[in-house]
Amino acid sequence: MDFLAPTTWADALAAKAEHPDAVPVAGGTDVMVELNFDHRRPSVLLDLTRIPELRAWDRADGRIRLGAGVTYARVIDELAAELPGLAMAARTVGSPQIRNRGTVGGNLGAASPAGDSHPPLLASGAVVELASVRGTREVPVAEFYTGVKRNACAPDELIAAVHVTPAGGPQQFCKIGTRNAMVISVTAFGLALHPARKAVGAGIGSAAPTPRRAEAAAGYLAGELDAAGLWDSRGALPEGLAVEFGRRVRDAAAPIDDVRGSAAYRLHALSVMARRAATWAWDDYRRAA
Amino acid sequence: MTTTIDNPATATTGTGTAGRIGDSPLRPDGTLKVTGEFAYSSDLWHEDMCWGVTLRSPHPHARIRSIDTTDALKVPGVHAVLTADDVPGLNRVGLEHLDQPCLAEDVVRFQGEPVALVAADHPETARRAAKRIVVDYEVLPAVTDPRTALDDDAPEVHAGHEGGNLVREVHIRREQRTRNEHEHSGEPVPEAPVVVALDFEVGMQDQAFLGPESGLAVPDGEGGLDLYVATQWLHVDQQQVCRVLGLTPEAARLHLAGVGGAFGGREDLSIHVHACLLALCTGKPVKMSYARDESFFGHVHRHPAWLRYEFGAQPDGTLVYGHADILFDGGAYASSTGAVVGNGGTLGLGPYNFPSVHVDARGVYTNNPPCGAMRGFGCVQAAFAHEALMDVLADRVGVDRVELRARNGMAEGDRNITGQLIDSAAPVAELIGRVRDMPLPATRAADPDLRDLPGGVANTTHGEGVVRGVGYAVTYKNVGFSEGFDDYSTARVRLEVLAGEPVATVQTAAAEVGQGLITVEQQICRTELGVERVVVHPKDTTVGSGGSTSASRQTYVTGGAVRAACEAVRARVLARAAAAVGHGGLRLDGEKIVGADGQVVAGLAEVLGTGAVDETVEWRHRPTAEIDPETGQGDAHVQYAFSAHRAVVDVDVELGLVKVVALDTAQDVGRAINPDAVVGQIQGGSVQGMGLALMEEVVVTEGRVRNPSFTDYLIPTILDTPPMRIEVLEYPDPHAPYGVRGVGEPPTISSGPAVAAAIRAATGRDLRRVPVRPEHITGV
Ligand SMILES: Cc1cc2nc3c(=O)[nH]c(=O)nc-3n(C[C@H](O)[C@H](O)[C@H](O)COP(=O)(O)OP(=O)(O)OC[C@H]3O[C@@H](n4cnc5c(N)ncnc54)[C@H](O)[C@@H]3O)c2cc1C
Repeated sequence: MDFLAPTTWADALAAKAEHPDAVPVAGGTDVMVELNFDHRRPSVLLDLTRIPELRAWDRADGRIRLGAGVTYARVIDELAAELPGLAMAARTVGSPQIRNRGTVGGNLGAASPAGDSHPPLLASGAVVELASVRGTREVPVAEFYTGVKRNACAPDELIAAVHVTPAGGPQQFCKIGTRNAMVISVTAFGLALHPARKAVGAGIGSAAPTPRRAEAAAGYLAGELDAAGLWDSRGALPEGLAVEFGRRVRDAAAPIDDVRGSAAYRLHALSVMARRAATWAWDDYRRAA
Repeated sequence: MTTTIDNPATATTGTGTAGRIGDSPLRPDGTLKVTGEFAYSSDLWHEDMCWGVTLRSPHPHARIRSIDTTDALKVPGVHAVLTADDVPGLNRVGLEHLDQPCLAEDVVRFQGEPVALVAADHPETARRAAKRIVVDYEVLPAVTDPRTALDDDAPEVHAGHEGGNLVREVHIRREQRTRNEHEHSGEPVPEAPVVVALDFEVGMQDQAFLGPESGLAVPDGEGGLDLYVATQWLHVDQQQVCRVLGLTPEAARLHLAGVGGAFGGREDLSIHVHACLLALCTGKPVKMSYARDESFFGHVHRHPAWLRYEFGAQPDGTLVYGHADILFDGGAYASSTGAVVGNGGTLGLGPYNFPSVHVDARGVYTNNPPCGAMRGFGCVQAAFAHEALMDVLADRVGVDRVELRARNGMAEGDRNITGQLIDSAAPVAELIGRVRDMPLPATRAADPDLRDLPGGVANTTHGEGVVRGVGYAVTYKNVGFSEGFDDYSTARVRLEVLAGEPVATVQTAAAEVGQGLITVEQQICRTELGVERVVVHPKDTTVGSGGSTSASRQTYVTGGAVRAACEAVRARVLARAAAAVGHGGLRLDGEKIVGADGQVVAGLAEVLGTGAVDETVEWRHRPTAEIDPETGQGDAHVQYAFSAHRAVVDVDVELGLVKVVALDTAQDVGRAINPDAVVGQIQGGSVQGMGLALMEEVVVTEGRVRNPSFTDYLIPTILDTPPMRIEVLEYPDPHAPYGVRGVGEPPTISSGPAVAAAIRAATGRDLRRVPVRPEHITGV
């Protein structure tokens, strides 16, 4: 097994172009587990931890550009105000050790339906920046997940960053696990209110072959709020609306039965989480007036 | 005496290594473990060593048509590839029955059964080579539901086994005839105005020790070897290893390596014979160390159980009869299934008085993972059922649940369901009363921290759907080995002068698995011999057997042996002193020999100056007896240990998530030799029992384990672990050394049923299976 450790982004892209089967390593919290369990045996490992720009985040064009190598711990410490949904999700990832090493870029690279970054990224309409020696391109996160643990990265591409618009309204993230910490999600839900656009974003995890948006449910909620003039009046969220939103979020899912939970339970839990999250987010919105 | 520990974090009173019984000296391994410096068996290393790996069966049941090792042997760096054909001695292991090949012969009987071994320079090389071993399997029909294992048309797991797939059955019958017999005889059923019944199911728990199976076998160049291994009982391992290797005990010496938890999972062999076979074959030291996934296949689990219970009672709740039918899934090999069935049967109705008893307990062979010893040993499963049924009965007759238990609870002088006299403290009413009377945790804050809510920071509720419930349980268990087993321990104590100071060296082969036995041995020596310096000899087979570190028995049995050896040493020292001073009536005090008048007649170092005193003693507890095969009556057990728990839980009834808010307990320990260690056992045991109630299950479908990893086999984290108020009662058992009563297992037995009861109380659901899953609570 070869171990490549480029120190510049250009070298990393060149290495990936030369070794399209090279497996990138960021925090290693997925890669090393797979190696340990002998689930994969890559011929080349491409260490990305020595590339400074991957570990940086900054603001550009009204968006936050989060380098692929920014850890969960830093998202929590540095970005909780601007990316509250992602920070809430980051808080639920693994243990302190995992949050110190694990990265959002790694979560995108793994593209597991259970990855906790995905629902908030979907809810806030994030965009993934992919790069190769051929150039860079931007992929809306909803199009990034192409199958179970597969993503839109071409063999010669690396994830450079993810672009997220700072929250313009309340966000929520909820995740079901069968213990109270350090648990892979049984199912998860991310919600973002975008009052400026009178829009709602919703993402679901562990309830379909890929993370996915609950677009129709989000559109329904935004539309009903609009129709009732609630975006402007900031009146109370009708209970029935939250319940119906939960139902529609559930309808967006296509979960399976597995050792972590039954499909029926996942659907049920999604509807409850979506209802509660909508209620909390709306209460926050009203309070923020 | 009662000690209440409110805030366990401040309970450490250690003062260096000094300490007699009743003190809590710091453990020598404690700081090392906390700082990550303790050498576990997986840290063993030897120059020139090779690595052994195991090829395991992918099938729950299959015939091996052939094994071709040619390609594996061609891999550069491979030193040996072994199969059953290479076993020099008898290819059979087993704690109770020699029914398990150490490498499969013609048939594999569970997924994960060892089939072949590889030794190579590097573990990766060995793993790659193992993948090149070609095994031609013919898949056979498997028995995967134990409830059908005894059916006439069930496939035989062990062809020709007398009794088919039955490993053991136990029948307990007392006094009045049972409903069944009455029905068969046409007589009326025994009268009980109130009858309650339920079915319960307990999932397969794993010991989930953090230190995976590992060890190092070092050949001595003369056909023998030294095996360094993490285990619970060196001598029984040695016997088993010798039988398979065809070696004498002199030629196969075992040494205890650093043990990272055991809980019963190290009573059977794991790498032992395999590493030795490879070492003898290659002539090189061989290390084996399982990864986490392999560990799930490398040791037995707790038996899953199916339990059907019926209690008859008077209208005031006084029990009239108890009826239980308990089925344990033993998996592919017997391991200690027989003894687990014995416990499930003899102790299966809990610590209550029943005038009339009808209990059947069975353990069966299936093609599921083998099950054997785990903390609580047969009592854990039964406790979930009898405690659930006691709640049903209490509600039916309108008696408070605690009061019902107190009213029916055993007391000293009562006889249990096998007719054995309980001849030391049995404070059932007091224990359950004490946990009831402890202060309840505060009600949930109006704006609670997420970490205090079900789901924690995963942010699934801010209080919506959360309902509090309280549940109680009281249970009992035998201490030590039972049913006529010759249960003893050996201790050697040597007292001598080193660098001018008296020093005692204590040697036993009793395994320290994290429970604190080393400290206990030192405390006993200091107490009996009055010396400051006590060296604990490394644990190995150069001294007689210490018996198993299981059944909550080591402080009792090895503690008894150490005390007896100290007494023998003391008697010789005093005799020597008496000869020197010309009169008797002497005693040891501090490091002095003191006469009857209190005057110092000699220093201990002086008396020892003429030579070391060295005594080895084999010590036994009171004998137990086999139970009657028809009636199950007999004095099966040597001691009983009682504990009670009260669990307070918050349940999000809409999402089915649980937060245990408090898990309070009272336990009689007879005498706390090391109070901090006692509290440690109670905390750990309580969490392990809670884990079974809430989340711990090896999920097996059609004979295949679906979650062999810590990603999906969940054990409680510190955020799942509630505050515990612990009341330690000390009612000395007059028959036990210092009055001690086993401590390690009881908390694992009573905590889970209390948690399950609290969830039932919060949800109003029956919840007749553990672990309780969110699906069960929400009913979806
Ligand atoms: C104990 C434990 C607990 C965990 N708990 C959680 C949890 O609660 N929630 C959760 O979502 N996850 C969890 N995980 C999984 C893991 O921590 C996360 O997926 C994490 O985000 C991975 O980040 P990493 O930097 O460690 O990725 P790595 O392991 O380094 O990489 C992950 C994948 O992404 C690829 N990759 C990494 N960087 C790039 C890049 N720049 N371009 C292209 N591909 C790239 C890698 O090749 C690999 O396929 C847990 C893991 C462990 C070991």
